[in-house]
Amino acid sequence: MRTSQWSAAALAAGLVVTLAACAPADEGGEVQTGQELTMLIGSSGDAETTAVQAAADAWADETGNSVEVIAASDLVQQLGQGFSGNNPPDLFYMPWDQFQTYAAQGFLEPYAEDLANAGDFLPALRDQFSYDGQFYCAPKDFSTLGLQINTDAWEAAGLTDADVPTDWDQLATVAAALTTDDQVGLSMGREYARVGVFMNQAGGTLVDGDAITADSAENAEGLAYLQGLIEAGSLKFPQELEAGWGGEAFGLGKAAMVIEGPWINGAMRNDFPDRKFISVELPAGPGGPSTFAFSNCWGMPIDSETRDATLNLIEFLTSDEQQLAFAEAFGVIPSTESGSAAYAEQFPENAAFVAGVASAASPVAFQGAAAAIADFNTQLEQIGSAEPSSLLTPLQDNLQAAFDEANG
Amino acid sequence: MARTAVRPRRGGGIRRGEARAGWLFVAPSVVITLVFLVIPIALALWVSFSDWNGFQSPLNPRVNFVGLENYAAITVDDGLDQQNFGTAVRNNLYYVLFVVPLQTIIALLLAVQVNRAALRGRGFFRTAFYFPSVTSTVAIVIVFQFLFTASGAVNAVIGAFGIDGPDWFNDSTGLFHGFLSLFGITQPSGLLAEPGFLGISGWEWLAGPSVAMSSLIMLAIFTTSGTFMLLFLAALQSIGAEIDEASLMDGAGPVRKFFSITVPMLRPTLFTVLTLGLIGSWQVFDQIYVLGGTSAGGTISTPAFLAYRSSFVDLEWGQGAAIAFILFLFIIVLTLLQRWALAERGPRKRKASSSSKPAETSTADKAAAGAAFTVDGGLR
Repeated sequence: MRTSQWSAAALAAGLVVTLAACAPADEGGEVQTGQELTMLIGSSGDAETTAVQAAADAWADETGNSVEVIAASDLVQQLGQGFSGNNPPDLFYMPWDQFQTYAAQGFLEPYAEDLANAGDFLPALRDQFSYDGQFYCAPKDFSTLGLQINTDAWEAAGLTDADVPTDWDQLATVAAALTTDDQVGLSMGREYARVGVFMNQAGGTLVDGDAITADSAENAEGLAYLQGLIEAGSLKFPQELEAGWGGEAFGLGKAAMVIEGPWINGAMRNDFPDRKFISVELPAGPGGPSTFAFSNCWGMPIDSETRDATLNLIEFLTSDEQQLAFAEAFGVIPSTESGSAAYAEQFPENAAFVAGVASAASPVAFQGAAAAIADFNTQLEQIGSAEPSSLLTPLQDNLQAAFDEANG
Repeated sequence: MARTAVRPRRGGGIRRGEARAGWLFVAPSVVITLVFLVIPIALALWVSFSDWNGFQSPLNPRVNFVGLENYAAITVDDGLDQQNFGTAVRNNLYYVLFVVPLQTIIALLLAVQVNRAALRGRGFFRTAFYFPSVTSTVAIVIVFQFLFTASGAVNAVIGAFGIDGPDWFNDSTGLFHGFLSLFGITQPSGLLAEPGFLGISGWEWLAGPSVAMSSLIMLAIFTTSGTFMLLFLAALQSIGAEIDEASLMDGAGPVRKFFSITVPMLRPTLFTVLTLGLIGSWQVFDQIYVLGGTSAGGTISTPAFLAYRSSFVDLEWGQGAAIAFILFLFIIVLTLLQRWALAERGPRKRKASSSSKPAETSTADKAAAGAAFTVDGGLR
């Protein structure tokens, strides 16, 4: 008797509390107030941190909440720590290459369909952040790869606007023309995230539906094309040019062309302000034009206690207006259709990156693929000397194993 | 006497409550040991047998016991995890084989030099040699990165001798492979090409440390020799001057004195240094972490780094913990081996064997004896 009385009382009290908690949220979509949110970002630098903090503060003032923005020194590690310690940040940058793993492991709240602007995002980005047919998290912004050309070197080599390469042959020609004793024609990171676009341009993919097709003839053709450039001496990787990444090789004048994304603008402005360059779309291969789209999304931990407030904050952060402010501050491209169109108008020098989205593919990133890709990146060190098939066969095996495990 | 006899039963007298007080005094260290050592190790052991993915507590009900699956994935199941582990073990093995003997020899020579009474500015040299040890490894790695770039100071110096230096931290060529290629051997044949132990072919096992790893070996020797020099120096100063004089009277020259007097007298310290060096170099992590760990064709990755990477980046926490425990077992087994080796030899026998074959005594034996010594001597 006593026990049941007590439990009835507890149940009643619980119901009252629950109803009370529900009430404000149900009344006309009012935002919760007094929430203290933490946001973990992998910042590209002070400009980004300051801009994100300013945006978060603006939202916090408006809604009566507070947001603490933490710039991670190692985003993936700190996220892992947060989740394993059962204390993840309320909102975080979710990198594209980790998204599938996190979603598959059940770390992420699939909130994206509940956003007021859920339908505004670019379809390619929507796909990138969908897992198992469900749109998980809102793309924060995006970048595609383009071809940067050092205009001074271009003119010095006697090339004109008409020579801007649109296919592989032209790219090989101008790369050879731009190669001098102390400057190489073309450079890019020696990694799947750059080399992979050439495999795609040759018509290859790593995953075709449910089949792993890493060792296809098309992928081999893409690698063989790059090997031709290496043999001709017109392609060198940043490591060989003593640069940390493609942009540095470009800024130092060691490479006349590089393949990078819009982040190169900020890097050149900060580190090499005298470098004059243009960005154009990547030349098309035999399989048509192709580039990679990279994006982070705004991740929310599953069963977040601050879901409503965070959702509101994400709507604010992904609004066209706010995204264009970010674009101005640190050079990213808005992730919505209208936002990216406005961006292309406002920053015509970056129109090539926006145009690239039409032919953009997402780099392979299913659960467990990261390890196979990391292994491929180390194998790529032999790209100068190895047969394409000897690079692609282990990739095929490793991806297949990861794919079987992810779907088995 | 009667009171003494009944005291334990009554719990009274002058020593009443002694046990309680004792517990009170050790409580802080017991609690600290439990919280920071015993519980985490027990938890990590559980994680290595579970499918915990790093979400919420490892003890939450969704985590399952998977037996030896994590251990199997890195040791016997063919695949990328096994290869990565095999490569890491290979890399670290060569690291240990080069670092431990070299740092010990260099530390000993430095100690003997700065211990000489005739040396001017001894204080300066002692400080200079010890300085790298008190500097953060991370800072030293960054300085080394600049020194060892393709156009860095190191290559400029060897360039002056007409040698075209490699791109140190990015060169994945194994030293032994490089040596063999001088004789035109660049490809493995027969059995060596087949995947072998831990998924790594015999040819790859024989690669030797890569050029990138060699730079790290130099770095480790540079940073740790100073510490061990200090240990040797302390031991050298406890060798009395009368022994020096006695050896002089017996007509020993400096070389003879070094090998027949100094080195045997330093034996306990030598054991300590070798053991500490062995354990430290199996656990190398920070240099690798700063360099990114996956550069140079994966030839600088080590088990300690791989444990970190599997856990935090790939969310394979079970595998990460399994790697850590294999490493732990490995070090324990080495230490046990050392104890056993010492137990085999009585003091007389040890002396006999040391004088009959000083050069052949293997690193493992010396280190073995060293570990046992440190355990017995309570130094560690």
